[in-house]
Amino acid sequence: MTTAATLARPVEPGAAPPEGRRTRRVPRWVWVALVCVTWLVVWSFTRGHDTVQVSGTDQTDLHRRLGDFANGLGGNGFTRAVADAINVIIEFFQNLISTPAPPRPAPQVGWLGVVAVATWVGYAIATWRIAVLVAVSFLAFGVFGFWQDSMDLLIVTLVSVFIAVVIGFPLAVWIGLSRRAATVITPVLDMLQTMPTFVYLMFVFILFGIGAPNAVVCTVAYAVPPIVRIAGFGIRDVSATTIEATNSLGQTTAQRLWKVQVPMARKTIILGLNQTILAALSIAIIAGYVNGPGLGKPVLSALTQNDFGAGLVPGLLIVLMGIMFDRTTTAASERTESATRGGHDDPRRRRIVLGVTLVPVAVAVWYSRYSLDAANFPTNGLTRSVANGANDVADAVINAVEPLANSFKNLVSYGLLNPLQSVLADSPWWLALAALLALGVIIGGRRAALPSVVCLGLIFALDLWNDTMIVLTMTLVATLLVMVLAFVFGVWMARNRRADLVIRPLLDAGQTIPAFVYLIPVLALFGSTRFTAIIASVVYAAPAAIKLVCDGVRGVSPAVVEACCSTGSTTWQEITKVQLPMARGSLVLATNQGLLYVLAMVVIGGLVGAGALGYDVIYGIAHIDYAGKGIAAGFSIVLLGIFIDRVVRAAAERAG
Amino acid sequence: MGLAAVLVSAALALTACGSGSVGEQTKKNEAQQNAAGGKCGDLKIIVNNWVGYTADAYVLGNVAKDKLGCNVSYVELKEGGPSYQALASGDGDVILEEWSHAAELEQATAKGTAKEIDPLGVVGIIGWYVPDWLAKAHPDILDWKNLNKYADKFKTSESGDKGQFLGADPNYTQYDEAIVKNLGLNFKVVFSGGETASVAAFEKAQQKKQWLIGYFYEPQYLHAVVKLDRVKLPPYKEGCDKDKAKVACDYAETTIKKVASTKFMDSDSTAPDLVNNFKISNDEQNLIAKYITIDKMTPDAAAQKWIADNGDKVDSWLQG
Repeated sequence: MTTAATLARPVEPGAAPPEGRRTRRVPRWVWVALVCVTWLVVWSFTRGHDTVQVSGTDQTDLHRRLGDFANGLGGNGFTRAVADAINVIIEFFQNLISTPAPPRPAPQVGWLGVVAVATWVGYAIATWRIAVLVAVSFLAFGVFGFWQDSMDLLIVTLVSVFIAVVIGFPLAVWIGLSRRAATVITPVLDMLQTMPTFVYLMFVFILFGIGAPNAVVCTVAYAVPPIVRIAGFGIRDVSATTIEATNSLGQTTAQRLWKVQVPMARKTIILGLNQTILAALSIAIIAGYVNGPGLGKPVLSALTQNDFGAGLVPGLLIVLMGIMFDRTTTAASERTESATRGGHDDPRRRRIVLGVTLVPVAVAVWYSRYSLDAANFPTNGLTRSVANGANDVADAVINAVEPLANSFKNLVSYGLLNPLQSVLADSPWWLALAALLALGVIIGGRRAALPSVVCLGLIFALDLWNDTMIVLTMTLVATLLVMVLAFVFGVWMARNRRADLVIRPLLDAGQTIPAFVYLIPVLALFGSTRFTAIIASVVYAAPAAIKLVCDGVRGVSPAVVEACCSTGSTTWQEITKVQLPMARGSLVLATNQGLLYVLAMVVIGGLVGAGALGYDVIYGIAHIDYAGKGIAAGFSIVLLGIFIDRVVRAAAERAG
Repeated sequence: MGLAAVLVSAALALTACGSGSVGEQTKKNEAQQNAAGGKCGDLKIIVNNWVGYTADAYVLGNVAKDKLGCNVSYVELKEGGPSYQALASGDGDVILEEWSHAAELEQATAKGTAKEIDPLGVVGIIGWYVPDWLAKAHPDILDWKNLNKYADKFKTSESGDKGQFLGADPNYTQYDEAIVKNLGLNFKVVFSGGETASVAAFEKAQQKKQWLIGYFYEPQYLHAVVKLDRVKLPPYKEGCDKDKAKVACDYAETTIKKVASTKFMDSDSTAPDLVNNFKISNDEQNLIAKYITIDKMTPDAAAQKWIADNGDKVDSWLQG
């Protein structure tokens, strides 16, 4: 770490200009080409040797030792105490609003009471518009027949977010105030965010068992990074002049923090909270794998029954809950801001309205404790008919596009995936390792050298080199597809407002809808292949990349574009010669995000025929005697992610 | 305040003509429990992710709920490790279909957290299957000795220059890679990744007359819809699957076990006897699974339909 930091020390002011750029004789791409050609030549007569392949149901001594070690860790006094405490809290809220405690046939507060309270809270922290949104969302949970699962998800999410804030906010303040803390904590956050959710699930499963404790711990681990990062940034970002001005009044550090920095950063902090809630919701389905309470369970059982429609409905309800939380926190942050600035709504009138409406809320709560109709949501057949409709549409689409889709699949599989995999995975390990290391250093520069050595070395040490190369192949191909989409749609949206209006909501949906929902139709189209896994990760990764490219291109100053157009260039020239080169920073960022998003889907790929590391992780969760191999696979994914991220980021900084 | 008063009186009026009160239902539930000869309390049935298992679980759950007044919950978990952990921690009471997690069962029995109880009555058959059209077109394919002859036909984008063998969900018991290697077959095992994927593949192969060979099993509802034929492997002999890396024989026919938490079985609830007596056959399970997947009934509705049609069977479990 220290070497990397020293190497990258910024140039002292007044020093001679760096000479590297001017005197370098050979451009970088020549070195890349050279490495690739050498790789291919050596590969052509060593292929198939030393590939260190470990087959799906085989494992090495290292894996066995790891497994014994992990199983020894499980269920110690501390983790049991944490799990019990979480169970008590979750069960308390479940008995209150979701799960009846027999012989009572309904929870303590029925649906009518919950809807009334939630609506009132919506108005209290935000606006009446939000109150309407909250009421509609809650009614939808019940009307579509998922009242109990929705309430469970609500409980798990809110409890987890509360814990995440309790842990995350002090850390945020710390990294906001101290640069050194930031350098210590940031790599940990990186790791938490690169780790695929399934890998969390496995570690947490070994330590905390199944059910609500697992769901909460997983969710907290996944939801802490956004709040630490964003809130920490907000606190650090308070303008130096403001701090200086208040310092001159002789305040203490604590006063400065609570009276100046936190209030000034309030908007950013609430944004962090918002991201934390969305991160918590995105793990809902994975938590369903270990009986975590919530809407993940119906989505997963739809997957076992091959019933796309039945998974779509709860999947969309998760999205709805996400929208509800997102809009509510955003509106709440806007309201606190306008309130501190003495905004136009009259606080006295507001207080009266809140007080008066409390009466019908209390009545609704009382009534929902008394009458069965107000306690348990009345059932109806709506969900099944929606699901059947969705299935019919999906079948029609699949039948229509199947021939075309299959030729595309074959083109990519035979033309790109198989040759690339043959080079990466059939090379002897030492050849692939050396070549990847060389490419990492050439592309990322000296800054990428140390992380590359460490990551690739550890991957080899974990005994799953061959599987990791197969995953790398799929990741590269998927990222290529993502970037093609990002360029086409990103540029189109940036240049055409109307296209943007139509496409952006689709992207939002693609980003929020759980992957397990669209896995079923993709599987029906392409069968159990690596291509199915690739398409699933493209659907997941493309929206973020498209948005980044679009914003980058749009950010190019209109004056520059104008200047170019006046010289009479074509649209094509305008895009390729001006807009894309000027937006280079965003393009690299989009590629990086694309790669990491794709990698996050590797384990899910293991469920649909992609095999390799994803399969190892899932196999490890199910078979006690293969837990060590699962852990090794999980770490290999994380290391591969860090390797790719560091190289691309270093390249971006050099280019930037 | 006027608005509130109106709401209160409206609410009171509703209560007066309301359909049923929570208090009345609570009393009814208590009475039912007493009638069943004791308290049942919680029954937490572990549900693994295949449809046949869902069918078993919801039949047992509905009987326990309606006849014994149990508070039934379904703990949805992956088989093997997670399920056994649930038995140990008290998050689950019973695994209804234990196919073959010998390592986990042994460990749990040794620790005293779980024990095997009376079998489910289902006989599990795992094997290599091909779609029926293929067996009809090339009858000799049903013997493993002829498989290499056809290996080329089974090639896909995933299998390189070998034939593709479709492996199973990572959670299932399987050693196809070893069998392929030890029998010298020119096939590559490509893991489907899940039951959904395997079912979809066999369905499509039969419909579109595609070449497909893979891991499948009975009981499974797909057999009611698509006919599959089993490929003969060298017959199973006691112990030939002991070393997973050296297997060169067919899968054993398995008597599906029920495994329950020791603490649950020793409790004074009325549920353990029912759980122990609960029995179902391959055909019965396939029928209920078909209600769920083909007729798109909810698991609850499918179970209730079957229970209504099979009253005497249900009574026999209750009398034990």
